[in-house]
Amino acid sequence: MRLHKTTDRIEKEIVLRAPRSRVWRALANAEEFGAWFGIKLEGAFAPGASVKGSITSPGHEHVTIEFAIERMDPENRLSYRWHPYPVESGVDYSNEPTTLVEFQLEEVAGGTQFTVVESGFDRIPAARRAEAFRMNDAGWAEELENLARYVAK
Amino acid sequence: MSPNNAGWREVSRTAPVFAALGDETRLALVARLSSDGPLSITRLTAGSAVTRQAITKHLNVLATAGLVSDLRRGRERIWELEPEQMQAARTYLEHVSKRWDEALDRLKQFVEE
Repeated sequence: MRLHKTTDRIEKEIVLRAPRSRVWRALANAEEFGAWFGIKLEGAFAPGASVKGSITSPGHEHVTIEFAIERMDPENRLSYRWHPYPVESGVDYSNEPTTLVEFQLEEVAGGTQFTVVESGFDRIPAARRAEAFRMNDAGWAEELENLARYVAK
Repeated sequence: MSPNNAGWREVSRTAPVFAALGDETRLALVARLSSDGPLSITRLTAGSAVTRQAITKHLNVLATAGLVSDLRRGRERIWELEPEQMQAARTYLEHVSKRWDEALDRLKQFVEE
């Protein structure tokens, strides 16, 4: 069983064929971040800032996400805390534990190595996970349509 | 039972599945129940350096998280795995992981344009 060490965190790595300064802008500029993340943010990212936004993908517009920015080390690191998958509108998730998302940029041959680590899932209540899964299940048809549109572009 | 039911919420909030699995002994118990099926406390404790009391305590933590359940057979309690909860925990992380894959693909397209 490969449960150990895989329950609390998610780690992703990708090499982007773009200079570090370009990747940093896409990450640190709230408007640019929103463009690829799929969220319309109100306000600018700054250490200690709390920035809210609504998901822009069809069918998920009711979902509001709040980014509590922690660290911003230009062209190097950015981190924030959030509530992963606040899927149900009208439910107050503010007292629930958050997960920490950390982005790291590193210059490599031909571009920028981009790493994202999301950790703290061990503290997320089981009810939330069940909800997210249930909501996702209902939204599957929609997700597939989005995907089809995306790849057809 | 609906996840919106107040009782379910109450139990689930105090019972994080992942936290329950964040312990070597409990993880070993889950692995054992997964490979060998329902087992008694005696069988689970046999050959282990951990005491019967400690094992029982760990099993109760897992039970609170909905990962295992017990039934009484005579004077023994038989413990078995509740695979649905295990699957739900894994499925959730897989789902979040997939969301990140998609977001990173969009970021790649965005900065490489």
